[in-house]
This record gives sequence, structure tokens and C-alpha cells, in this order.
Amino acid sequence: MSAVRSVGTDLDRLARLAGAVGLALALAAGPAAAVEPGEKLDDPKLEQRAQELSAEIRCLVCQNQAISESNADLAKDLRVLVRERLQAGDSDQEIKDYLTDRYGDFVLLKPPMKPETYLLWYGPAGLVALGAVGVGVFFWRRRKASNTPGRRLSDEEERRLQKILEGHDTST
Amino acid sequence: MIIELGHFALILALFTAGAQAVLPMWGAQRGIPGFMAMATPAALAQLGLILLSFAALTWAYVTSDFSVVNVVQNSHSMKPMLYKISGVWGNHEGSLLLWVTILALFGAIVGVFGRNLPPGLKARTLSVQAMIAVGFLLFMVFTSNPFDRVFPPPADGQDLNPLLQDPGLAFHPPMLYVGYVGFSIVFSFAMAALIEGRVDAAWARWVRPWTLLAWVFLTAGIALGSWWAYYELGWGGWWYWDPVENASFMPWLVGTALLHSSIVVEKRDALKTWTILLAILAFSLSLIGTFLVRSGVLTSVHAFATDPDRGVFILVLLVIAIGGGLGLYAYRAPQLKGGGLFAPISREGALVLNNLLLSAAAGTVLLGTLYPLFLESLGGGKVSVGPPYFNATFIPLMLPLVAALGVGPLLSWKRGDLKGALMRLKVAFVITAVVFVFMAYLLWGRSVFGMLGMALAAWLVTAIVTEVVERIGLTRGVGAAAAWGRARSLPRAYVGMLVAHLGVAVALVGMTGSSLWQSERIIVMQPGETETVAGYTFAFEGARPVQGPNYEATEGTFQVTHDGAPIATLHPQKRQYFVGGRETTEASIRTRPLGDIYAVVGDAQEAEGAYTVRLYFKPVVSWIWLGAGLMAVGGLISLTDRRLRVGAPTRARRRGAAPQPAMGAAQAEE
Repeated sequence: MSAVRSVGTDLDRLARLAGAVGLALALAAGPAAAVEPGEKLDDPKLEQRAQELSAEIRCLVCQNQAISESNADLAKDLRVLVRERLQAGDSDQEIKDYLTDRYGDFVLLKPPMKPETYLLWYGPAGLVALGAVGVGVFFWRRRKASNTPGRRLSDEEERRLQKILEGHDTST
Repeated sequence: MIIELGHFALILALFTAGAQAVLPMWGAQRGIPGFMAMATPAALAQLGLILLSFAALTWAYVTSDFSVVNVVQNSHSMKPMLYKISGVWGNHEGSLLLWVTILALFGAIVGVFGRNLPPGLKARTLSVQAMIAVGFLLFMVFTSNPFDRVFPPPADGQDLNPLLQDPGLAFHPPMLYVGYVGFSIVFSFAMAALIEGRVDAAWARWVRPWTLLAWVFLTAGIALGSWWAYYELGWGGWWYWDPVENASFMPWLVGTALLHSSIVVEKRDALKTWTILLAILAFSLSLIGTFLVRSGVLTSVHAFATDPDRGVFILVLLVIAIGGGLGLYAYRAPQLKGGGLFAPISREGALVLNNLLLSAAAGTVLLGTLYPLFLESLGGGKVSVGPPYFNATFIPLMLPLVAALGVGPLLSWKRGDLKGALMRLKVAFVITAVVFVFMAYLLWGRSVFGMLGMALAAWLVTAIVTEVVERIGLTRGVGAAAAWGRARSLPRAYVGMLVAHLGVAVALVGMTGSSLWQSERIIVMQPGETETVAGYTFAFEGARPVQGPNYEATEGTFQVTHDGAPIATLHPQKRQYFVGGRETTEASIRTRPLGDIYAVVGDAQEAEGAYTVRLYFKPVVSWIWLGAGLMAVGGLISLTDRRLRVGAPTRARRRGAAPQPAMGAAQAEE
């Protein structure tokens, strides 16, 4: 336990998001750590990957918790499992596949991109686009409306206006 | 006997609300002043009856009356008094009772303090308000009665979930509900305005204080909930994107958009139909939030199905309220005339951008929260939508919002000068660039978002400072005294805006900083051992058993020092509650301006006196709640603005000072 480990679930999420918008230069420090002291791997690189993975895997028996943030026995088992697979040389994707084969997509806190989740993943961008089009139409229509010349004054109104301007209106 | 009185009062309140829903509306449509005038007395009677009902249930909890099912299920004789009282709303039935109590209270306030409202608008508003009450009261009386008895009464109760036995969570629901219900008033005003077909600056001025009030309480409620998660769940996280959190966050996002768009209605008579739509959506999301949390549908679709009565009732209520609101909107909104014109680059334009991003963000949260439900009910399999999804979609919407937030207030109404505004911000821009470069140096290869977050916070703060300095004339060399005079005469609404925006920057620093530089140790410690985290040395002095009123706990002791100087003594606990045997972790936290020292004690280990412990240093994490607090305070300051006070211009003359901020109406323009 020598090196100060910089941990930050949120930062890590931020960083992953950075990747999503094409800004990422590198991943952040790992998410919350192995929950119990004995679980930690000796290889810091593998441990880092283990922590990143753990924040994306759902503790299936908990309510909306990642295995990196749960005391449940199942979460511990999964954390150990992830580390065993890592030591056996699996890639992150292989480990995720291994878990989804057994538990389904439910085990991933970040749903995979596939036809069922297109709406989920493209929805937000769609909402912004829809809103932007709405705003565009709003301004376009406003502009058109303000450019169309208004109704001209009738002759009677013109005469009254003239009187008012001259300062001796009597009809009001 | 008291229990039955409470039950009768609830049923009577239902009938009163029924009368209040029908007669004033009928009177307003047909022009019968007598019927319209019934709205206020009915609202007061409804409030009296519901208060009686609420008092009866509270009585049952305080005296631990275990012949009442609700008390049996959620209380225990050994529970401390604070949690006996908060137990009243710590459950499904009681929380609904709290909801209708606040609803009736706000209705009565509109009735009593809304003397300046046009009679038709007031009658219609109170009538719509009563329709909402009827829905909730029907739901309670038929499916969720808190006054059901049990015979024979058990010797003691089943206790309240220990996680909820906490001061933070005792006040969290009432605050959220004040927020939700505050939006109900806004909704009722919107419905009344649609029926009348008139939305103008005066309408916006009546509605804005309610929006502000609701928003302030919702902000405080959400912050309190997040703070609770931070210290009670024991992982140091403060936001989990849990559906229950999202349920309160969505109305907040839309409410924030509404707060800003109603300014445009008030100042420029534009964006009227959009503002009405936001008012409907803010309340619809409040309803959805209340019911999603309470129906259990979020944990599983099946929880919903196990209690089909409640489930169907909820669905019908949601469909009537939201469908009715949107239906009326679709029918009437096209008749509302659009008002003032403005160019895309203008204060209004900036507020439109704010609305676009906040609405899209609310839509994103809604999509992510409900997606698993819909997918599963359509047979598409089970998926989890967790923090990685929300962070990937939500944050990109917030970053441009904060960037625009720095410039927006500097643009003038109608037609703004973006280039000019940016020129005025050149000092802010230089400072921001310096911060960005410095952060890039620190975080290169680690986190782009860390750089952006900190730089944006710097941008916002410097932009706010620039604005104030210019506004009070310091840049034009008016002298300190004159500048101070000007600063003091700034309108409250303007000061409130600055404070709230500053809160955004402070919270942003907290969110970014706490995740960037957190240090954590999870180790086994024996008494006498020390461990250093981020320069703080934790000396473990062992753990001992302690007794609480309704639990026993293992309490660890840590002496924390920094460079040999004593900083704090921490006493984290691991509690086991007698009833149900549930365990909770009580983190021990010492907050310092630049970060929190956070200790948690875990399970005992084999070695003598050894325990698993988690030790953290969380830099600037408290800034998150400080920022949220500033936002709420900003809202309160804005609420005291002269323009928004009840009939300020007329009353001030009559009574010397305006009473009761904001509850109602000033028809006269200032």
C-alpha cells in the first residue's frame, strides 16, 4: 500500500465520456478500488484495469450498484473473477463477453450498442438535433413574420395620425 | 378514536376538494361570482381537514400506536423521537399524506395571499389545484390508506429501514415535496391561463415566485439527498444516477429551464407557449417522480404487478393529469399570440440555448431511467443503464451550458453584441486560458474533462466578477464609495442570479476536483498501526462495541494528524439494528475547506483487534454542496426582489412593508 492511489469513479466516467466525444487522450485513474484488502492484484496495470472494469459491472443482487461499490458476496466473487480472468490474460472485452454469456446484458452498467439500444444511445443527440431544428424554425418564422409588411393604415387612420402628429386630434 | 377522526377528515377533504374542483371552475366559465368566491374558503377547509388527518397519523407514530398497520410496518417503540416523526413520511401512505398536506397548504396560500389575482384566474387555478388533490386523495382513500387498523395489535413494530434513520433523510422528502408541489401551483396557473387563453407579463410575474420557491426547495432537497448518500452509504460517492435520484433530478432540470424561460415571458412577452409547456412538463415529471419512487416499479416491473390496484390507479392518474395537461395545451396553445421579437444573439437567445440544453438533458435522463423498463416490458431483454451511460450523455450537454452561462448575462435583450460581450470578457478569457494550461500540465494524459471542468469553473467565476465590477462602475473609476453604493442598490433578482451562477461554478470545482484527486486506502489495520493518506496520518486506536437506542455498533477510533499537528478524532461506526438485524455504515467525516477526511470501519479480521478499514481524502468535495447551497440561497435572494413581492407597489404604501414574499400577485406594473 505504498503509492497513493488516485481513485475517482466520476473522473473515470468523465474520462470515458471523453473518449465518446473524441477528446480522450487517456483514461483517468481507476474507479473505486477492490473492496477488500486481499483482493488486490500485485501488478498495478492489471489492478488498474480490474478497477476500471469493476465500475462497469453491476452487482446483480444489489439495487443499482457496481461491483466495485458493494459488500455483497456476489460482488466480491465477481471482483475476484474479473481479476482471475485478467491474470489469465483475457482482454477487457473477453471478460465482458464472459460475464454477459452468463448473466446477460443486465450485468453491464453501460449497455452495449446494438439495435435494441440504438434509441438509448442516439436519443440524446437526437433530442438536441430536434431542439435545434425547433429553435431554427422558430427564428426563421419569426424573421419571415417580421419582414412581411404589416397592414397599411386606412385613409381615415392616415388622416387621424396626421392630426395627432400635428397636435390637434379631437376625435379621441 | 383519533385514528378514525384522521380517516374521516381525509374522506371529508376528498369531498371538499371535489367541490373546490367543480364549483369555482363552473363559476368562472359562467361568470357566477358566488361560485368563484367559494374557491378560497374551500381551499382553507381542505387544508384544515388534511392537517387534522396529518396530525392524527403523527399522533399514532409519536405514541407508537401499533393497532395501526402503517405504524407497525414503519416504526418501533425504541426508535428515537425524531425518526418516529420522520417515519410518518418514510413510507408509501404517509408520504402521500405529506404530499397532499403541502398541496393543500399551497392552495390555501394562493387563496389567502392571491387577493390581487383576477378573480377568474384565481378561481380556475384553485380549481385545477383541487383536481390534483382529488386524484391524490382518491388514490389514498381507496388504495393507500394510512389509517388501516390491525387486530390484534402486535407487541411492537417492524421499525423503519435504518438507512432512513438519519437526520439528512428525515428532512429530504419534505423538501423534495415542497419542490414537486410548488410545480403543481405553476401547473395550475398554466392550465388556468390556457383556459382563459391569455398569457402575459403579469401572468409570468405571478408564476415566477412559485417556480423559484419550488426550485429552491428541490435544489436543497436533492443536495441533501446527495449529501446523505455521501456519508451514509459509506462509499464516498455522492451521485449514483440511481433511478430514485433521477426521479427528482428531471423535474429540477425542467424547473431550471422554466425558471429561465419565464424571465423571457416577463421581460419580453416572448416564449409564452414554450413556457406553458415547460410548466406542464415540470409538474408531469414531478408526478412521475413521486410515483416511480413510491410504486416500486423502478426496482422491477414485477413489483408493480404484485399490487395491480395501485399500479393501475397510478397509471390512470398520470394519464389524466399529463394527458389532460398536454391535451389542453395542444388545443389552446396555438391561439396564444407570440410576443416580442428578438435576434438569435441576444439575452433571450442565450436563454433559449439554456432551455434547449436543459430540456435535452432532462430528456436524456428520462430516456436512461425508463429505457430498461420499456425494453423489458416490450420483451427486449434486461439491460442496465448505469453511471457510464449518464456520464457519457449528460456531461457533454452541461459543458456548453456552463460555457454559455459566462456570456449570456452580458448580452443585451432583443439584439446582443456577442463580439462586444466577448471583448468585455477578455480578462476572464486570459485567466481561463491560464487555468486550462496549468490543469493541462497537471493532468496531461489523465483527464481531459478535469482540464475542461476546472477551466470552465474559472471562466464562470471570472465572467461573474467581470460583470459585477463593470456594473458597479469600478472599471470606470467611480471610486470605492460610489461603487459600494451601486453594489447595494443592485436589484435583488440580479444579485440572486449572480449568487446562483457562482454556485454552479463552486459545485463544478467540487465535482471535478473531488474525482480528480481523491486518495483511498483499503487495508486491514490493527490497534497502534498508522497509515498515511494524502499527507494525513491515521492512527488506529482500535474498535469497541457501543450501544445506541435501537442498535449496537462497533466504533473505531482514529487520531488524524497532518505533519504531526492533530487534525481530528474520527469515530466511524458499523451499526447493527436490533429489529431486522440490518447493518449500516456510519462514515466519520471531518470537513476542511480544501477537502474531507473520511473513515469507514468494516469487518473484524482474524488477527486480534484487526479490522478492515477504508480511509479517504476527498479534496473539495464539500464544495459540491456549498455550490448547491449557493444556488438555493441565490433563489431565495431573488425571491425577495421587489417586483416579485405580493402587490409590492400597492401594499408597500398601505402597510409600510410588504409581507410574505412572493405568494401571489401584483397586478399593477411597477
